[in-house]
Amino acid sequence: MKIYVPADAAARALGADAVAAAIAKEAAQRGIDVQIIRNGSRGMIWLEPLVELETAAGRIAFGPFDAADAAALFDAPETHPRALGLTDEIPYFKRQTRLTFARVGLIDPTSLADYEAHGGLAGLRRALALGPQAVLDEVAASGLRGRGGAGFPTGIKWQTVAAAPADRKYIVCNADEGDSGTFADRMLIEGDPFCLIEGMAIAGLACGATKGFVYLRSEYPDAIAVLGRALGLARQAGILGDAVLGSGPAFEIELRVGAGAYVCGEETSLLNSLEGQRGVVRAKPPLPALEGFMGRPTVVNNVLSLAAVPWILTEGAAAYKAIGINRSRGTIPLQIAGNVRYGGLFETGFGVTLGEIVNDIGGGTASGRPVKAVQVGGPLGAYHPQADFDLPFCYEEFAGQGGLVGHAGLVVHDDSADMLALARFAMAFCAIESCGKCTPCRIGAVRGAETIDRIAAGDAAAVPLLKDLCQTMKLGSLCALGGFTPYPVLSALTHFPDDFACHKEAAE
Amino acid sequence: MSEAAIAERMDAILTAHQGLEGPLLPILHAVQAEFGLIPAAAVAPIAKALALTGAEVEGVISFYHDFRRTPAGRHTIKLCRAEACQAMGGDQALARIEAALGLKLGESRADVTLEAVYCLGLCACGPAAQVDGQPIGRLDAAKVAAIAAEVLS
Ligand SMILES: Cc1cc2nc3c(=O)[nH]c(=O)nc-3n(C[C@H](O)[C@H](O)[C@H](O)COP(=O)(O)O)c2cc1C
Ligand code: FES
Repeated sequence: MKIYVPADAAARALGADAVAAAIAKEAAQRGIDVQIIRNGSRGMIWLEPLVELETAAGRIAFGPFDAADAAALFDAPETHPRALGLTDEIPYFKRQTRLTFARVGLIDPTSLADYEAHGGLAGLRRALALGPQAVLDEVAASGLRGRGGAGFPTGIKWQTVAAAPADRKYIVCNADEGDSGTFADRMLIEGDPFCLIEGMAIAGLACGATKGFVYLRSEYPDAIAVLGRALGLARQAGILGDAVLGSGPAFEIELRVGAGAYVCGEETSLLNSLEGQRGVVRAKPPLPALEGFMGRPTVVNNVLSLAAVPWILTEGAAAYKAIGINRSRGTIPLQIAGNVRYGGLFETGFGVTLGEIVNDIGGGTASGRPVKAVQVGGPLGAYHPQADFDLPFCYEEFAGQGGLVGHAGLVVHDDSADMLALARFAMAFCAIESCGKCTPCRIGAVRGAETIDRIAAGDAAAVPLLKDLCQTMKLGSLCALGGFTPYPVLSALTHFPDDFACHKEAAE
Repeated sequence: MSEAAIAERMDAILTAHQGLEGPLLPILHAVQAEFGLIPAAAVAPIAKALALTGAEVEGVISFYHDFRRTPAGRHTIKLCRAEACQAMGGDQALARIEAALGLKLGESRADVTLEAVYCLGLCACGPAAQVDGQPIGRLDAAKVAAIAAEVLS
């Protein structure tokens, strides 16, 4: 008897360890031989802990599962109060296009046999057969763009590094995932770490790099443990080492843990941090692709960009490019969070509208109250009102509305949200996390929070001052921390003027 | 701990990190794992081993929120203060924890340290926290009471 109980951090946060223990105990008492597999999460966080039982018809799901539900699982699974039917048929799951996350929740995360049985390593094998230039062409033709925030074409970045002459080159995976409302990197690493390793090995082969780093944030102890185990297994199996899969070039990956600085997700700050320096932002140019880690050509890519590559190599660029719309191709793992009924990870082609995501997929707010605002793209992303709900989820379309796809996190707020307080938080967060190198960000964020306090105290003259300050931060900051903090602030001010005005009236 | 004892353990840590490219952060993490903080006496040996000045090492330590110069409590509670958790009543969770522990955010006592953190990747089950590294979601009154009972016992 095979039972799956996720070890994903969100499932554990909701009691999955106690569930696994209760199931094991119940089985032992009944003398039933069970194999409990601690898989990743299927992404339906509102159903976690989501227990699955393997049957001849497929895996059937139970959730949200409580330790007290264990006995009934052995008595009569069909009529179990938590029974949800076949996992594959749960509408939220069935509606997705799961390419990058196909194996997450399906397999035992650190079983290489499971990984290969579900299509793992096919991309790397094809890459070895194709050779570097053909791999670069394939990635470029897929239309894949960086999933870390900026949406830069991955193929062009790789080509730049491949073409740069140097004695050493590096592949750096950005797993700093600091944006509030995002957890896809975490879920991929915890649920299918070999996929990231395979993607990085393909990048190394394509660009002529022999060394990779994963810069993983310290706030993710579970992901750190899983990836550490997976790297050891990959080395043992010869996926990494002097000859990738026995015949390829050398490639090694080192896991590095961040130290609690949001700005270290910015690629040049990350490189300084990796080098052992303060995580201050570097001026660009030079691009990291030409002068990155230790001054060498370096690919810096988000986890999801790298993890998309094995699928692209396996199924072909055309198949990936066929999904999505306009200049946003392929799939995007949406992370639906905050005050939302069906929160979780939902991978789908680009082009689904904001309203579909929030209302249809997310089921509206968890509180049952009306949606007030949705912040898309992390703490540097805009607050969107319901008027934006027809906006298709795509890079250019969001940018055109003063928004940001970013790392595809969506944080839903109901009508009790205080937009002035959220705008103030955006400034205060920027002040806490500023690396301090440029003045508009370092000083501007502090003044921004103070100016919003003045507005809250009823000083209407502070509003134009805030707008002016935002303009300075946008134009004068060295990186997008200072440069984009104005987006949540100004969108809150523009779309929800009452929240900034009522404080004034109250004071009068 | 005596300076000599620190120096001996520092030797082992520095030896273990030889050959790494950009070893300073891994070294600082190892030091903190060993001592629970970065002792003042650790700075000079690190600086010497990496051919840096003491000021450079201090500069790196002070940049990162994770590195402590004072000891933490026996238990550490990290409470998420970021937007997705705010949307789910994060302020109320904070008020409950502060009341239950008799400790303000950012303060530390011998038994417990209460820290702010900005996102734990548990944003679809907020408000979220990490207690001694263990993730906790949907932090309601009952869970706060259970955490307080455990760390104060
Ligand atoms: C303040 C700030 C924080 C960032 N945080 C992250 C992060 O946590 N993860 C990430 O992949 N990219 C982050 N980025 C974007 C990176 O600078 C960079 O664009 C990205 O890692 C490139 O990878 P991609 O092309 O695969 O997206 C951040 C940028 C800024 C300005
Ligand atoms: S915002 Fe609190 S866990 Fe992500």
